[in-house]
Amino acid sequence: MITFTTRRATATAVPLLAALLLAGCADETPQVTPGDATGPVAVKATESECELSRRDVKSGTSTFSVSNGGSKVTEFYVYAEGDRVMGEVENIGPGLKRDLIVELPTGKYQAVCKPGMVGDGIRGDLNVTGDATAQIDTDTALKQATESYQRYVNSQAVALEEKTTEFVAAVKAGDVAKAKELFPISRTYWERIEPVAESFGDLDPKIDARVNDVEPGTEWTGYHRIEQALWVSNTTKGMEKYADQLLVDVKTVVAKAKVVKLNPLQLANGAKELVDEVATTKITGEEDRYSHTDLWDFEANVEGSQAAIQALRPALQQRDPALVTTLDTNFKAVFAAVDKYRVGDGFKPYLPTEAERKELSTVIDALAEPVSKVAGVIAKK
Amino acid sequence: MSEDQKETGQKNTGKQRAGISRRGLIGAAGAAVATGVAGYAAHSIVSTPESQATDTTGPVEFYGEHQAGITTPVQDRLHFATFDLTTTKRDELISLLKKWTAAAALITAGRDIGQYGAMNGPAQAPPEDTGEAVGLPPARLTLTIGFGTSLFVDAKGNDRFGLADRRPAALVDLPHFIGDNLDPARSGGDIAIQACSDDPQVAVHAIRNLARIGFGTTSVRYSQLGFGRTSSTSRAQTTPRNLFGFKDGTNNLKLEDTAKLEDQLWVQQEDGPEWMVGGAYLVSRRIRMMIETWDRTSLSEQEGIVGRGKGTGAPLGKADEFDAIDFEAKGSDGELKVATEAHVRLAHPSFNNGAELLRRGYNFVDGSDGLGRLDAGLFFLAYQRDPRKQFIPVQRQLARSDVMNEYIRHVGSGIFACPPGVQTGSFWGEKLFV
Repeated sequence: MITFTTRRATATAVPLLAALLLAGCADETPQVTPGDATGPVAVKATESECELSRRDVKSGTSTFSVSNGGSKVTEFYVYAEGDRVMGEVENIGPGLKRDLIVELPTGKYQAVCKPGMVGDGIRGDLNVTGDATAQIDTDTALKQATESYQRYVNSQAVALEEKTTEFVAAVKAGDVAKAKELFPISRTYWERIEPVAESFGDLDPKIDARVNDVEPGTEWTGYHRIEQALWVSNTTKGMEKYADQLLVDVKTVVAKAKVVKLNPLQLANGAKELVDEVATTKITGEEDRYSHTDLWDFEANVEGSQAAIQALRPALQQRDPALVTTLDTNFKAVFAAVDKYRVGDGFKPYLPTEAERKELSTVIDALAEPVSKVAGVIAKK
Repeated sequence: MSEDQKETGQKNTGKQRAGISRRGLIGAAGAAVATGVAGYAAHSIVSTPESQATDTTGPVEFYGEHQAGITTPVQDRLHFATFDLTTTKRDELISLLKKWTAAAALITAGRDIGQYGAMNGPAQAPPEDTGEAVGLPPARLTLTIGFGTSLFVDAKGNDRFGLADRRPAALVDLPHFIGDNLDPARSGGDIAIQACSDDPQVAVHAIRNLARIGFGTTSVRYSQLGFGRTSSTSRAQTTPRNLFGFKDGTNNLKLEDTAKLEDQLWVQQEDGPEWMVGGAYLVSRRIRMMIETWDRTSLSEQEGIVGRGKGTGAPLGKADEFDAIDFEAKGSDGELKVATEAHVRLAHPSFNNGAELLRRGYNFVDGSDGLGRLDAGLFFLAYQRDPRKQFIPVQRQLARSDVMNEYIRHVGSGIFACPPGVQTGSFWGEKLFV
């Protein structure tokens, strides 16, 4: 067995997600039976290791059985070129085991564990051999893109519900420290799929409104209501009802997100909205004005944007390869810029100097322009 | 279509490029399109200084021996911006200059940028042109580029693009002048672009679209709007007033003074470097005027500070604006009519080894300063052959002695090497990279 140490110390680019096929959880009924004769690949994940029982698999459907032997929550990904996510399982708690079932055509991939759910992850090669090298046409690629991205949304939604449940439990238990710790983590899953959530009308304001977003006469609820109590008053007192409501609202979003039908243009526009979101409300620090945990949201928005773009990647590659190169470069630059603020599994409080803010703004603007061009390329007949 | 393809497409078609005439878009009827085209053609043949100074709607030729926007009769509006390069790659810098040049040729001709322009592109794609100039005439838009010192060598001494040995000797770092209170965020920049037009929206549209093209390669460092010209560069123009209420630029270099322009404005062969011959150096200064205190100053003191009458603009002791200044004349009280520390005396060529500047600055008011005062002043722009012999000694003298200093603060600064004009098929600053 081969083990890999974390690259985070040297590498700066943070990868991303987008399930191309069938991410399933062990506690759910798998939709595809692992039919590969060679059997599941066992993955042993800890804080410092990501061991695979073998690194050569046959093309077609593979199952990765991921056990988390470490003390941090981890994630497991299979990346194709450009960190395009072929499959992923999120939120694997310590001591838990989950399966990833993924369809992999012949090619070179990377298997990645992300202890603490942040950073570049612990990476190793994965070789897929066989004859299933189907060259797909653009229409098929676009169809696969939406299926892929819907799986991504699904996996994020599941994790959002799990983490929000934990957050709400901490608030109700009066555990301020634990609630503070879980606040930015649970929001990560929200921020990654925010454009999808926003499409469900009034749920977004109920869950994510800032104090100045609330109309007079309307009660302020959601994450930021609780954030204010946690950081300004250092208490959970009086927050119980907001916590309960938050979980109800999040569950509603999750239920809707799981069945949402998206088209390729929505993916492209969602990717753009996420970057715009960063440019307008994350750069300024107004999103998490009490906790200053904006960089979690910042990174999650960009990750969510990249997930949608990477799902579209095969189609984009056929229509505008130069744009794909630009996007790759500019996503990398954004993650490198955010990485400067990373501490452990999280980020420094976001209290930037004007020069730091300008630097972040510059890389986001550089990314936003090419991302805005994706919809036009996708729409082209 | 990729950026590179677009760029090539535009370049190859030269001046008769595919951009969409903004006038052509106004009316859907064919007649409107025909009128637009005819109007455009008519403008192209009437580009004398006199007509340009009076006809404020037509285009100014983008191509030529010198860049437009220097001797061009000063337009009424300014949008000036400086950019910092975020790329470290020389070929990306060159590619940007090519894209900018192609776009500049289109916008100055009153056309939308890009293949489809502002409104004719695919519905799902953001429009290539931002569209706010649709329906507006070319409005004598000029776009003028200059290269800052940091493009050649950055503050840490790094040769960022292999251009260190191409830096002109005359492109010096400006020294500190007495009283300078410069904000770094409003100073410097790797590249400056001056957009001048008789329509403010046309000028803003130009900078906005160039900034957009630059995302990923450059970032705007700062930008400055100017709402009114403070000088004239042609005898066909009247002399405007600055925010002190005085005529400004009476003795400016004028485009009719062709011999003087060679002597004072354009970089000559013997000056070198080769890539700058036919170009000029631009010094920009954001000069905040303490207009509230100025306004409390008596008329005679104001006139004494400037050295000219407020009404006529004539030198003190003279009747007409363009009368020669008599620096020796004394009043009945025995005092010099134009005081030793009056602005016109200290800035005059006869007290500066003959040094002159081509000024084309603009009045600005950027809201207020939070203390109940207008954030107002003069965005000073001066072109010249060699700042070491022109702006620097003149400003050193003014900074030391000018009585006007009580009412002004220099709060922003820049110096840029503006290459010669662009020929068809070439791009801004091409010779710098040869």
